[in-house]
Amino acid sequence: MTAILFENVSRHFGSVRAVDGVDLAVTEGEFFAMLGPSGSGKTTCLRLVAGFEQPTSGHIEIFGETAEGVPPYRRNVNTVFQDYALFPHLSILDNVAYGLMVKGMGKAERRRAAEDALAMVALPGYGARKPGQLSGGQRQRVALARALVNRPRVLLLDEPLGALDLKLREQMQEELKTLQKTLGLTFIFVTHDQSEALSMADRVAVFHEGKVRQVGTPEEIYRRPKTRFVADFVGSSNVLSRAQCRQLGFDAPAASLRPESILLGTPADGQLGLTGVPIAASFLGPINRLTLDCGGERIVASLPAGTPVPAAGEPVTLAFDRQDLHVMEEA
Amino acid sequence: MRSDRLDRAPLPLKISACLGLLFLHLPILLIFLYAFTTEEKSYRFPPPGLTLQWFAVTWNRPDVWAALMLSVKVASLATAIALVLGTLCAAAVSRSAFFGREAVSLLVILPIALPGIITGIALRSAFSMADIPFSFFTIVLGHATFCIVVVYNNAVARFRRLSGSLVEASMDLGADGFQTFRYVILPNIATALLAGGMLAFALSFDEVIVTTFTAGQQSTLPIWMLEELIRPRQRPVTNVVAMVVVLVTLLPILAAYFLTRDGDRIAGAGK
Repeated sequence: MTAILFENVSRHFGSVRAVDGVDLAVTEGEFFAMLGPSGSGKTTCLRLVAGFEQPTSGHIEIFGETAEGVPPYRRNVNTVFQDYALFPHLSILDNVAYGLMVKGMGKAERRRAAEDALAMVALPGYGARKPGQLSGGQRQRVALARALVNRPRVLLLDEPLGALDLKLREQMQEELKTLQKTLGLTFIFVTHDQSEALSMADRVAVFHEGKVRQVGTPEEIYRRPKTRFVADFVGSSNVLSRAQCRQLGFDAPAASLRPESILLGTPADGQLGLTGVPIAASFLGPINRLTLDCGGERIVASLPAGTPVPAAGEPVTLAFDRQDLHVMEEA
Repeated sequence: MRSDRLDRAPLPLKISACLGLLFLHLPILLIFLYAFTTEEKSYRFPPPGLTLQWFAVTWNRPDVWAALMLSVKVASLATAIALVLGTLCAAAVSRSAFFGREAVSLLVILPIALPGIITGIALRSAFSMADIPFSFFTIVLGHATFCIVVVYNNAVARFRRLSGSLVEASMDLGADGFQTFRYVILPNIATALLAGGMLAFALSFDEVIVTTFTAGQQSTLPIWMLEELIRPRQRPVTNVVAMVVVLVTLLPILAAYFLTRDGDRIAGAGK
């Protein structure tokens, strides 16, 4: 079933087109990442789902019901805010129980539910403290428990790991993924970190300048980027120009080629080849990164450690399989 | 941060500081002293004798009671108006960006920067032009103009420290506008409102100039005191009333000071 549906949704702030004609369909139970640089419209999309923003035009459905005009407090979605937005005057337990309290649940019942939720995020017994007494990672977990205790059908996460240090972030990534699978909930996760999106999500939507540039599984996004922007943003992929494509025997505006698909040496049967002049090489542990100049375009190749690295300035031949070259729709 | 040497003030500085403080507060003590004097026509120093009789006389004077009740009523109503309007205005200015926001912010604060006499004359001519008779309500309106400022200033400072996403979080968790105000906004701005309200009450309670221009036949307590000073009889009654005014205005201001100091700490800890 489709959990969230966007049909040609736009949200303009004055002359700024924060979201510009977005079509999206998030399936129930999936971990959906909205990936893009800051100002690309991903957070505005999340706020449109939560109900904090109304679309300028277009149509949004949440589980088949139209969302226009429905205030945030009548939507069965909950948000984990970037700054956590814990209520500073309430204890942790009252923070977590807040959603149940405003819905009129009895005190004993909601306290029990809140304690269960705190146990689920590995913070049992923290209920009596105030948000100011917790660390960033702990507040993150409280924000998660506060949202999940309401049993939303969709959980919206707005860069929830942005404020955490690297180690904690990796740990939380795993925990979030596990939690999502255990609960079978739909997660919509906004992030500007491409590795985070690729490692956690079932599907990724790449945003750029208010538009969705590509939607697909992490592997599709990584291996077959549709545009130069996606190729650049998702990972360091080589983009071959129209001239280079012609030289290789086909016509396309551009094509992407992963650095790890490139080998040194004469192309074998069924392989394609390029000639380039090495500019620089760097040692990165398991691989050597070689930067070459191929007719004015920079091409990066990842060579397995142990392969002899050609000297700078000596032209070399590069070989790669035809299917590793991915034709893009636009330059 | 400071070196030890700077912690110790030189003796002349200490003496002049003491003199300055004495100059500020000794006259107030004299007012208190004359509330007990046995001499009723002029204030002689030292007083010829001490008595408590003026407290009884004051207690039995209906004009004192009338003035006191009027002042309490005016201050309460002006404070109530200021609490509602000042809070709403502070919420609007701190939560949303709109055309003319800075201008609104400045205009709201202006009445306290303007000399009271200007506010008074302006209100008086406005009331006459609109054919509004001077009454209890014109005094209240006059006082509300500057009472709003203190409530607004207190509330706006607190609103600025409140993270805007708290309101969104509350709505997201299922609370409607009223519940969000009741459970999230009010607890976070309550001490600021209480402090602002107490300051507003104290300001209104001892206001003279605006009251002179906006009152009809009524006398608030400060006006009554001014009139009383000209009369030759029972002068110490004014001093007794002055003591009461000092207590009634000083206690709320002290309370407001301690409340906002605590509020700062609590709000700061939430960050």
